[in-house]
Amino acid sequence: MSISEAIRPAAGTGDEFVGPTIGEFYPDAILFIGTPFELNRIMLTRILVTIVLIVVFTILANRFRKSTLTGQFVPGRFQMLGELAINFVRKSIAHEQLGEKDGDRFLPLLVTCFFAIIGMNITGIVPALNIAGTAVIGLPLVMAIAAYITFIYAGAKKHGMTFFKTALFPTGVPKVLYIMLTPIEFVSTFVLRPVTLALRLTMNMVAGHLLLVLCFTSTHFFLFTVDGPFKAMAAGTLFFGFAFTLLEIFVSILQAYVFTLLTTVYIQLSLADDH
Amino acid sequence: MNTVFHQLMRTEASANPLLPAWPDILWSAVVFSTLLVFFWRKVLPNFKANMDARAEAIEGRLAQAELAQAEAAEKTANIEAEQALARTEAAQIRESARAEGAQILAELKEAAALEALRMTESAKKQIEAERQAAIIALRAEVGTLALDLASAVLKQSLKEDKNATSMVDGFLADLEKDSKKN
Repeated sequence: MSISEAIRPAAGTGDEFVGPTIGEFYPDAILFIGTPFELNRIMLTRILVTIVLIVVFTILANRFRKSTLTGQFVPGRFQMLGELAINFVRKSIAHEQLGEKDGDRFLPLLVTCFFAIIGMNITGIVPALNIAGTAVIGLPLVMAIAAYITFIYAGAKKHGMTFFKTALFPTGVPKVLYIMLTPIEFVSTFVLRPVTLALRLTMNMVAGHLLLVLCFTSTHFFLFTVDGPFKAMAAGTLFFGFAFTLLEIFVSILQAYVFTLLTTVYIQLSLADDH
Repeated sequence: MNTVFHQLMRTEASANPLLPAWPDILWSAVVFSTLLVFFWRKVLPNFKANMDARAEAIEGRLAQAELAQAEAAEKTANIEAEQALARTEAAQIRESARAEGAQILAELKEAAALEALRMTESAKKQIEAERQAAIIALRAEVGTLALDLASAVLKQSLKEDKNATSMVDGFLADLEKDSKKN
């Protein structure tokens, strides 16, 4: 008797086990159906996360302002945590790569990307939301385009047209090689950078979500549909669901860090005097 | 018409997860630009202002503390110098007082000695004078007594006799001379 025969649904219950499909990421529209502003569960999740981020950071910003105005510089726990998070992006990412001046110049984009990605990623494991706001390509793509515009702006502002020239025609290379090098440089700098930024984030979240759905639907399947000793498999799949949930928390933060760091590195490469 | 558009969009999106549907892109843009403006205009300015103010305050307080420490050190030095000065002064005063005391003591001793000498002198003089007076009185008395005695012996008054009187006086003077010799 093979396993597939053993895990057949109990007689009479009917349906076979159905794994998650790509349809997971295209839930039915809820509001404004048929318009370009059609809202589904994922869009609502994004709006919810945006509101939460604005509320939390408004409280934080008010704490900062109060502290500045009153001269009471000993931060409370909440303010300390916020400082730690913002300073992580400011000091460890921006200042480290770009120096203090340029780091602060591009900080709004970097901080927004970092906290937006963390917030949108973490909804993948928040009960009742259960899907990352970044699991569909739209938001990662918008942020990647913002990063793309920013690093091209940074280079063009600083070096003018020589930015494009040095980017496409690297110095110190025999001219004949430009036939080969220029297309490669063009694709890697101006096409692959934003595409990889967006895809890395989206695919991490897609894979994470599919894994979690697989673990939990199979737990449900083993527990309620399968007969006999194979019911015990539910414990294993539940355990994996738990483990992958922890992994998702880690991945959420890691991907935010990677996206922000790479954006910073691209800006740094644009600003560098010879690239 | 709407449902057809909707259906088309959904099937298109379902077919390729790498191509975003319009609602996806639009809502993402709304969400992202809202957050970008929010962080840019609201959170980061307050954050930076707070960090700068804090750094300034800490530096200011450090400088203040240094200043206060320097002041305190200066005060301590001043106090120590003053103390040393006061100590020297006190030693000087003590020294001069001791010298003065010794001098006063010496003067007093001298004065006392002089006084004692003077008193001794005057006492001696007085004694001498009293002795002289006593001698004179005694002499007169002894003279009278001798004459009385002699008168009694001779049964006549010798008082008016000048010879007798001078004899007695001479005798007494001799007596005195003898006593002095002895």
